[in-house]
Amino acid sequence: MRKVAVIGIGHSRFGVRQDVNICELAFEAVKPALEDAGLTPKDIPYVPVASVGVWYEEPLPAVAIAEYCGLTGAGLVKFEAACATGSAAVYAAYTAIASGHVDLAMVIGAEKMREVDTPTAVELIGRAGYYLWEFENFGMTFPAYYALHAVAHMNKYGTTEEDLARVAVKNHKYGAMNPLAHFQREITIDDVLSSHVIAWPLKLYDCCPITDGSAAVVLASEEKVKELGIDTPVWIEAIGFSSGTANLSKRKDYVGLEASVKASRMAYNIAKISPEDIDVATVHDCFTIAEILAYEDVGFCKKGEGTKMLREGETEIGGRIPVNVDGGLKAKGHPIGATGVSMIAELTKQLREEVKPTSRQAPMKNYIAMAHNVGGTGHYCYVTILKR
Amino acid sequence: MSEMPTLRSRPLNIIYNIPISKTLKFWEGIKEGKIYTTKCKKCGKLYFPPVGDCANCLSSEMEWVELSGEGEIETFTHVIVKPASFQNEPPYTVAIARLKEGVRALAWLTGVKKRDVKVGLKVKLVAKVTPEGRLTYEFKPIQ
Repeated sequence: MRKVAVIGIGHSRFGVRQDVNICELAFEAVKPALEDAGLTPKDIPYVPVASVGVWYEEPLPAVAIAEYCGLTGAGLVKFEAACATGSAAVYAAYTAIASGHVDLAMVIGAEKMREVDTPTAVELIGRAGYYLWEFENFGMTFPAYYALHAVAHMNKYGTTEEDLARVAVKNHKYGAMNPLAHFQREITIDDVLSSHVIAWPLKLYDCCPITDGSAAVVLASEEKVKELGIDTPVWIEAIGFSSGTANLSKRKDYVGLEASVKASRMAYNIAKISPEDIDVATVHDCFTIAEILAYEDVGFCKKGEGTKMLREGETEIGGRIPVNVDGGLKAKGHPIGATGVSMIAELTKQLREEVKPTSRQAPMKNYIAMAHNVGGTGHYCYVTILKR
Repeated sequence: MSEMPTLRSRPLNIIYNIPISKTLKFWEGIKEGKIYTTKCKKCGKLYFPPVGDCANCLSSEMEWVELSGEGEIETFTHVIVKPASFQNEPPYTVAIARLKEGVRALAWLTGVKKRDVKVGLKVKLVAKVTPEGRLTYEFKPIQ
């Protein structure tokens, strides 16, 4: 296997983006990613597109986006791994380069979720589990799936609604420093606790918004990095993955996501690191409880101690492992297919130490970062380790 | 942000005809007030929901067994913000219970006040035909 580096990143503003269609939105990430890498569209032979779709009009976004961005002729495919689609597409590009099949690839994550009304978006996301057995008769929603985990975690470990709120407060704090975030304002614990219930115990501010956004990354082989004279390549050290049952009723418990445990251990083993080596991480905080589960599942702390990490500020800048200092899915927003690509773009920026404002730049010791990207409710999981 | 100009697409209304021939006894059983499920004849694995093929040993020789439906709530949520196709329903409680046969089920929990729903609550999974004729099942508290 050859070494693979991230050599270019691009990221649109996340939010309600009814000023652009899917292709125009993707362009906002593609152009800066190519410029960052010093390349033109003709240089890119393979383009995995990460987009779940159905909430916007184009059924074949890969071809529409490629045409719009001058990438027609490249190998194209649209990936689906629910909210982990972006990471799955990065994996495809990574393996294509590592295997020697191509020297360059660009992953484009793009999602337009605000072209349908909210009940329709809630319906389409809610169907993403096992439609026949958990949606058809029971109308499960995505917040409801995570609420089942919140209730179990509260029951077993004494986690409180205030603990959940702390995740939202932390991530909004960093979202307020990120000019590309959907929500750029700080909130208080009271704001979270007094917001209306979506799926008890999760309230409005426990949930990530329904967001439009795009992100793109250019990956290159080591030979190509040298040839192009890239001065700050960020290497993909490892990608771990796993999955969980479609039916939530078939899981062994509801206090964690087994797929996160397995994917993270696989990644640590390949990269030969342990969680203590990580300088900065993004974890999949689609709901506040999800960030707490993630701390525990990826081994940042012991099971049941996620809330303690939060209370002690261990996952803030200045703490042991700063987590989601771009605002996370919670405040930056979660355009489903784009999220995994956005994580890689953000962590590349962190590892290059070029985050602006510098108040949300994590201090680097080992120059190692981790992206934890869950699809559905632990239906899919990808964990990517990056190193400068 | 101010309203942006948009073009309204042509509407698309999709209804799927979901095959149930391999689990027909389950759906027929609901009309008789029973909860049937499948058990693999080869490896003995019990399934809920019922399946036509065994993911454990890949055998397609399944037998039908009736579940007692008795179980205990492991977790639950009250769904307030509902999907488009559930807009006419009042808020509902969804629970996952482990049944005494060892399998789990996810279903609505009815017949109990929201504040009385707790992890550990003893429930029974019962068959139900809705007024619209939909075949379903729900948890009821065991008094």
